[in-house]
Amino acid sequence: MNTVKTNWAAADPDPLTIGGRTFESRLIVGTGKYRDAEQTVAALRASGAEMVTVAVRRVDLDASKEESLLHHLDPREFFLLPNTAGCYTEEDAVRYARLGREAGLSDWVKLEVIGDQETLLPDTDALLAATRTLVAEGFTVLPYTNDDLITALKLQDAGAAAVMPLASPIGSGLGLLNPLNIRLLKTRLDVPIIVDAGVGTASDACATMEQGVDGILMNTALAAADRPVLMAHAMRQAVEAGRAAWLAGRMPKREWAVPSSPSTGMLD
Amino acid sequence: MLRVEVNGKDREVPVGHTVADLLDDLGLDGRLVVVELNRQIIRRTEIEDVVLRDEDRMEIVHFVGGG
Repeated sequence: MNTVKTNWAAADPDPLTIGGRTFESRLIVGTGKYRDAEQTVAALRASGAEMVTVAVRRVDLDASKEESLLHHLDPREFFLLPNTAGCYTEEDAVRYARLGREAGLSDWVKLEVIGDQETLLPDTDALLAATRTLVAEGFTVLPYTNDDLITALKLQDAGAAAVMPLASPIGSGLGLLNPLNIRLLKTRLDVPIIVDAGVGTASDACATMEQGVDGILMNTALAAADRPVLMAHAMRQAVEAGRAAWLAGRMPKREWAVPSSPSTGMLD
Repeated sequence: MLRVEVNGKDREVPVGHTVADLLDDLGLDGRLVVVELNRQIIRRTEIEDVVLRDEDRMEIVHFVGGG
C-alpha cells in the first residue's frame, strides 16, 4: 500500500509568526519545576518546542555549586523567552525584563504582572503600563493576560507582539474554561493569540487549538506529569492535531442522527 | 576595605575592586550572570571597568527554570 506522509506544519496557510520571527512549532514550553536539568532538556526536546521560557532570579551565593540554566540549555537549540514571573508591579516587571534582556540574546519578554497571590491573575492596569514602557524600549512583548477582549485589544494597541490569555489559572490544570472568550479574542485581534496557562492534559491542548488560536504555552502540565517526557510528546501531538482539526474545519453539530452508510441498496 | 551588599548580604571588598574582581571572588562566570549595581545594569563589556564604592548595592542574577 502506498502511504503519503504530509508535512502538516508546512501546509499551514498561516504559520505562527511573532515579532517577525516564524516558528514551526505552535507549542511553547516552560522550563520550571522539572526533577532536574536532564529531565528538563529531554521534555523540551520531546515537546518539539522551539521557544522556551526562563525566569530571572538571584544567584544563590551560598550554594556550593550554583548552576545557571544556560549550562544545560543551548540558546542555539532553543529560543529563550525570559519571563517576569513573580512580579507584582510595573516597576518590577520592567526591571526583570531589562535583566532578562541583558542575560539573554534577544529583546523578547514574556510579560507577567501578577495582581493576586491566591489566583495569580494578572493586574491588567500594570500589565498595560509595563507593555507600553517595554515596547517603547524596543522589546518584543508577549503579555500574559486574562481572557478579557477589551484588555486584549488594549494590549494589542499598546504594541504587544502577541497576546497570551489564560485557559485557566496558572498551574491549575483545569483546561480551557471559557472557549467563547478565547474564540472572541482570536476573531477580533490581529496579533497572534497564544493561550498561556491552565492546560492540564493533551485533550485540553487539542481542544484549545481547535478554537483557532495560534499556539499554546505550558509548563506545569509537563513538569507535574508522572512522566514529563511522555507528556511532552503527547502535547506535541495534541497541539498538531488540534491545529489540523481547526484547519480541516469540523462538521456541523446536529441533535439527530444521520446514517453514514447508504440507506438504499438494502436487502428485501 | 569597603562594605557592599551583594544579593542582600553584606560583604567586604578591597578598595579598587571591580565588578569583575568580585565575580571572580565568587567563582561566577561573567558570561552567565547579569549584574545590577544600585539598580543600574552593568553591561558585560563594562564589568572590568566599574570600580566598587562603599555601600554599593549589587544584585547578581541568572536564568533559572520558569514558566
